[in-house]
Amino acid sequence: MRQRFAWTAAESLPLRAEVLRLQGVPVEADLSPRIGALLEAALAAYLETAQPRAVFGGISREEFRSVYRGEGRNAPETPLETVLAGAEQLALFVATVGGVVTTRIRGLFGRNEPALGAMLDSVASAAADRLTVLLGARSLGTEGAAGANGTRVLAYSPGYCGWHVSGQRALFASLEPGEIGVSLNSSCLMEPLKSVSGVLVAGPAGIHSFAPAYPFCPECRDKPCRARIASLSQS
Amino acid sequence: MDILKEIAESLERGEDDRVAGLVRQALEERCAPLDILNRGLIAGMDVVGEQFRKREIFLPDVLIAARGMNAGLDLLKPLLAQEGVPSSGRIVLGSVRGDLHDIGKNLVAIMLKGAGFDVLDLGTDVPAQRFVDAAQEHGATVIGLSALLTTTMPVMKEVVDLVRARGLTGRVKVIVGGAPVSEVWAREIGADAHGYDAANAVERVRALVAAGA
Repeated sequence: MRQRFAWTAAESLPLRAEVLRLQGVPVEADLSPRIGALLEAALAAYLETAQPRAVFGGISREEFRSVYRGEGRNAPETPLETVLAGAEQLALFVATVGGVVTTRIRGLFGRNEPALGAMLDSVASAAADRLTVLLGARSLGTEGAAGANGTRVLAYSPGYCGWHVSGQRALFASLEPGEIGVSLNSSCLMEPLKSVSGVLVAGPAGIHSFAPAYPFCPECRDKPCRARIASLSQS
Repeated sequence: MDILKEIAESLERGEDDRVAGLVRQALEERCAPLDILNRGLIAGMDVVGEQFRKREIFLPDVLIAARGMNAGLDLLKPLLAQEGVPSSGRIVLGSVRGDLHDIGKNLVAIMLKGAGFDVLDLGTDVPAQRFVDAAQEHGATVIGLSALLTTTMPVMKEVVDLVRARGLTGRVKVIVGGAPVSEVWAREIGADAHGYDAANAVERVRALVAAGA
């Protein structure tokens, strides 16, 4: 069933530690008062500008396989193919924190406020990722990311883990997220920029674990899969 | 304390609000604009860049310093232009056609300016021809290309090919960067350098310019 969700900006506010990680500030670093103040100003700017919303639709495994094939440009082997085998439920999603925040970020750079602009950019990126967690919890009908019997939901997105970014076209054709104001350009880039898309996979926690040993893994600098898999061991 | 040293140290300490005032004071004390730039602003930003490379400070610290640098630079630019002082080099920069991401590109622009380069930022969604036209028109010796999507990376090759087709190889060098872009990709398309982050991009551009780009 297709559903549309909206949250308040406060509900989507990311963890401070996650924002600082995106800024390259290690968790163990002593936060200077200046960086602390910058972070708080960026969080306040996010609260003023964000309009988080999402569209979400359940999909059968067979239907999803067709979306996943996309334009046939995926890596020959991908973790998601293995994950799918153990999935209990699948749902396509597109979520965004809206375009106003991007306008604010650009304005800050234009006004010689690069530190605040970059910090707000990290807040918005972390918030967009947080929307996938909020969606996962809603899809399970729980307040948290874990459901009954250890079911866990993780999001997988085109452009990552061997799922070619051109897969966005099939995903958008299937979900039609225009109603939340998200569109795709000819390069498969979502507008507004601070948007996320993909498939939510619900299943036993174990299905989501995989070693980063695929041929494309060495080229992936950040390896966001590691943090997501690690999150499975947290309640 | 020597006013130029004070400018440099203000940048190092992240006292960005003081920098423009100190630059004004240095000008009133009849310091040469070029000295203020090299021994004050660039010297300070060099220390900031070095601390960042050693992970003693972090990106927000660098950007706070850059804010001060830009404020000081705004005061000096017209005076440097009047005196006909050349910059460290002129760089044309942008996100390639189809790519609207600009944060990474903006950070590189800020850090290049901090290192004394004259940066012509073409923005986002820039077609290959526009990069090369701008480099020729403005006498830039380096073109910097940013892409955050694998679907837009081929535009980087279009730029490299166009530089070659116009007989600019060697005179105009191309540096590429962005999350999916690698050293291997840079070599594959014939780019002159790859910058893996903003600080590294500045080092690579410096090397390209020093090598006679």
